[in-house]
Amino acid sequence: MKFSIMVSEGPYTHQATDSAYQFAKAALAKGHEIMRVFFYHDGVNNGTRLTVPPQDDRHIVNRWSELAAQHNIDLVICIAAAQRRGLLDENEAKRQGKDANNIAPGFRISGLGQLVEAGIQSDRLVVFGD
Amino acid sequence: MLHIVNKSPFDTNALAGVLRVAKKDGAALLLIEDGVYAATKNSATEASLKAAGMPVYVLQPDVDARGLQSRLMDGVNMVDYGGFVDLVAGHDNVQSWL
Repeated sequence: MKFSIMVSEGPYTHQATDSAYQFAKAALAKGHEIMRVFFYHDGVNNGTRLTVPPQDDRHIVNRWSELAAQHNIDLVICIAAAQRRGLLDENEAKRQGKDANNIAPGFRISGLGQLVEAGIQSDRLVVFGD
Repeated sequence: MLHIVNKSPFDTNALAGVLRVAKKDGAALLLIEDGVYAATKNSATEASLKAAGMPVYVLQPDVDARGLQSRLMDGVNMVDYGGFVDLVAGHDNVQSWL
């Protein structure tokens, strides 16, 4: 079965990003496909590569990047939520006249249409948030 | 429909919303994260969950993390993340009550 996931809570906040990740791993282990994870609201903070958690803590951002690379998952960050929170890829940094970008490997910035499409093209869309 | 509640009933009214408006036919309730507190024995929410008219599931890792293994009310079903996936696959729609 084809799943997509929406995450609307930031990393290291409560538990939503951890629940979403564990759900994704369990779904993949059962042979399901994760088509896309859409990061919305504070969830966009899951996609900054400048995150440096303590060494004995889980690295939530890298964890997403690695899972996406292993299983070909599309990690999409909502552009409007990203701009408000200072999450930029190379194109956006250039377009907004900023001196750097901070998007993590495997993530891309796009619009809400990607969430709608995930809802249409997936068998199930599961939301994790605050 | 599978209804998912991830907050304690003492923090938000998400669970009350499910119990008030959810259609019971073919529905199930899954409690995750702090939502599992709703299923504790002798709690203020025990009676309303018993009267929910739909099967109630709790996510075991979240129950374990909170030390509630031996304090759950009767009649709730424990699932791991794999069981969570099966519940999602087994219902046509999934609604997270945030």
